[in-house]
Amino acid sequence: MSTIDAGQIGGYVRNAIFRSCRYTGLKIDTQAQLLIKVNAVAAVIFLLIGGLMGLGVALTRWPAVHLLPADWFYLILTGHGLNLLIFWIIFFEMAVLYFASAVLLNCRMATPRIAWLGFVLMVVGAVMANYAVLRGDSSVMFTAYPPMMAASWFYLALILFVVGALCGVCVFFGTLVIAKAEKTYEGSLPLVTFGALTAAIIAVFTIASGAIILIPTYLWSVGLIANIDPLMYKTIFWAFGHGTQQINIAVQVSIWYLIAALLVGAKPLSEKVSRTAFLMYILFLQLAAAHHLLADPGLSEEWKIVNTSYLMYLAVMGSMIHGMTVPGAIEAAQRRNGFTKGLFGWLRKAPWGNPAFSGMFLSLVLFGFIGGISGVILGTEQLNVLMHNTMYVPGHFHGTVVAGTTLAFMALTYLVLPLIFEREIIWPKLAKWQPYLFGIGVAGISISMMGAGTLGVPRRYWDITLTDAAFAFEFPAAAYLMMGLNGIFALMAALGGGIYIAVTVGTILAGKRLDTKETQPLIFPLHSAGPEAAANYGTSDEAVKLPGTIILVSVFFITFVLYYFVNWKYLSDLWLFS
Amino acid sequence: MSIAPPEQRIWWREPIHKVELGWIVIVFFWGLFMFFFMIAWHFIGNQNLSTETYRIQPSAYVAKVEAFAEKYQVGEENGVPIVRPPAGEDVYLLARKWEWWPILELKKGQSYRFHLSSADWVHGFSLQPTNINISVHPGYEHVINLTPTESGEFGIICNEYCGIGHHLMTGRIRVID
Repeated sequence: MSTIDAGQIGGYVRNAIFRSCRYTGLKIDTQAQLLIKVNAVAAVIFLLIGGLMGLGVALTRWPAVHLLPADWFYLILTGHGLNLLIFWIIFFEMAVLYFASAVLLNCRMATPRIAWLGFVLMVVGAVMANYAVLRGDSSVMFTAYPPMMAASWFYLALILFVVGALCGVCVFFGTLVIAKAEKTYEGSLPLVTFGALTAAIIAVFTIASGAIILIPTYLWSVGLIANIDPLMYKTIFWAFGHGTQQINIAVQVSIWYLIAALLVGAKPLSEKVSRTAFLMYILFLQLAAAHHLLADPGLSEEWKIVNTSYLMYLAVMGSMIHGMTVPGAIEAAQRRNGFTKGLFGWLRKAPWGNPAFSGMFLSLVLFGFIGGISGVILGTEQLNVLMHNTMYVPGHFHGTVVAGTTLAFMALTYLVLPLIFEREIIWPKLAKWQPYLFGIGVAGISISMMGAGTLGVPRRYWDITLTDAAFAFEFPAAAYLMMGLNGIFALMAALGGGIYIAVTVGTILAGKRLDTKETQPLIFPLHSAGPEAAANYGTSDEAVKLPGTIILVSVFFITFVLYYFVNWKYLSDLWLFS
Repeated sequence: MSIAPPEQRIWWREPIHKVELGWIVIVFFWGLFMFFFMIAWHFIGNQNLSTETYRIQPSAYVAKVEAFAEKYQVGEENGVPIVRPPAGEDVYLLARKWEWWPILELKKGQSYRFHLSSADWVHGFSLQPTNINISVHPGYEHVINLTPTESGEFGIICNEYCGIGHHLMTGRIRVID
């Protein structure tokens, strides 16, 4: 351990205490480490709550089971959305931001007190929101569209939570400033930190939008404002609601690069391309809030087309670039690691038994094929009318937020446990299978929900048999099959999620300590040859050939194009409207 | 590595991998195609959601729908009027907790000016099994030129969560030859 006495920034300078990581050689501020730990633990607790609620939702939607009564169904569906979409993900993202700044830059953390304040605000907000929902008078869903009103607690809880998150984002920015001033790194930010910076910039915009809409809505709920225009609410709310998902994309892509670097020694094919792709997120990703407004009155076609396409699909281009450069970087690294056999020898010999790698690669593939493609289809101005607010929508975002983001976070956890918590993973055999169980379960959930949505099944719906409705309507048998499959896959995903929580909590409480005198080898080792073995593109003239990646992205592209036109065919069969 | 600063300080002068460059070009043009295809569908397609919208007090809209239903009522089912407007006429549908009101009888192949709005909360017009889905807001009267292309009984359900009766909110459109 070592201490530094003064930095180069004037004024109060904290005496940070560092430890040195015996596996990566990085210098870690113990305050940052503690904050990473508490945020990660809070995240996992809300994952548990939200996950159990999700299981209740899926079992109620399974027509043969139909577990819960209607009021409970709508209550836990609201809680499921809040706990997972907001609390689990943003707590984990705070941990990632502190890691990507203080740890990766070998730097002391800026104002840990503000970070603690943020953490406390977030915990208070999250607990309060759960209280408001469980009281039963705030079953308004994550979206909470006025004039439907929740208890004022509900809005206040969300405001406290986002203010807390804003504190964390500010600490991240502050830490970058300190690292630059104290010259703890040479040249530009590492790519992973650059990606995290993208996420933080998007977060500022997102949180500002949240404040702009949640504060007046709170005032309306306590009676100080007479009326909130529903269309205005929806327009601004989605800058917040969709924006939080854009933070996830930037963070999750950073995690792909991080895990690829640590496990196979992958290096970006070219810094320029990967960084430009991140930059496109900052410039264009936010426009996608328009996806939620394509079926709404009062907005012009021009507005819809420009925004829903992220200005000519430039943010989609960013994601598709990462979707190529991440496997490309892995292929290049693996070929340099000596796995040169055939087209896919590099992929076959990848560390599939390491849950950090398998989780990362599944996240990449499922996010692209399921979440990504369906997102573009949903966000096409005219095609949206085919699936707006049907089950297709949760099908899409379980492909992005669960198969993509959550799985990436789970994968990262298998590195955070030994490297930050300094505990060896217990039950490695269970851990090995966890990403597969969860990934396949979630892929199944997404695809069956998208299938049900294509058949017209609405989202957030207690009873698709419409037994008690005045004008009953019969959904096709295939829709029932899809909702049944959704239930079965949800059980599988819940099992995978349960194993994740058990392994994480078990490791933190009872895993073998790694902070002892002698360095012990990890069960799931990092890349042995370290940075020297990393692909070295740009500094040598022998550019690696990437035939495997070319095939992978070609398959992706063909799937995308075919599915795109299939949906136009569906649309052209509809009634005529203009 | 991705977790270390770029090896070359001036990383923007690095060459770009050929595979990357090829992929970027393909993806860029595919994006352009998808962008212009949305515009093109306004000219070549017959399914474009109208943007004709008027602000209206929810109570005023309810009065309009009631007057319309009274004028063209031909029957009643479950206490809800069945309304058969002449072809080409303005047709009104009201969303409210928790029903779509009234029942409409339309003629196949005829075009109608179809008005949609809500009396209370935000609802979701979802016509099944054709699967046409449109958001319905209180205070905004949305006018769509609608032409049914098939005859039969069609169900309307609500696909925007609107409280405990959300799954009970149904309605009917009947299309006759």
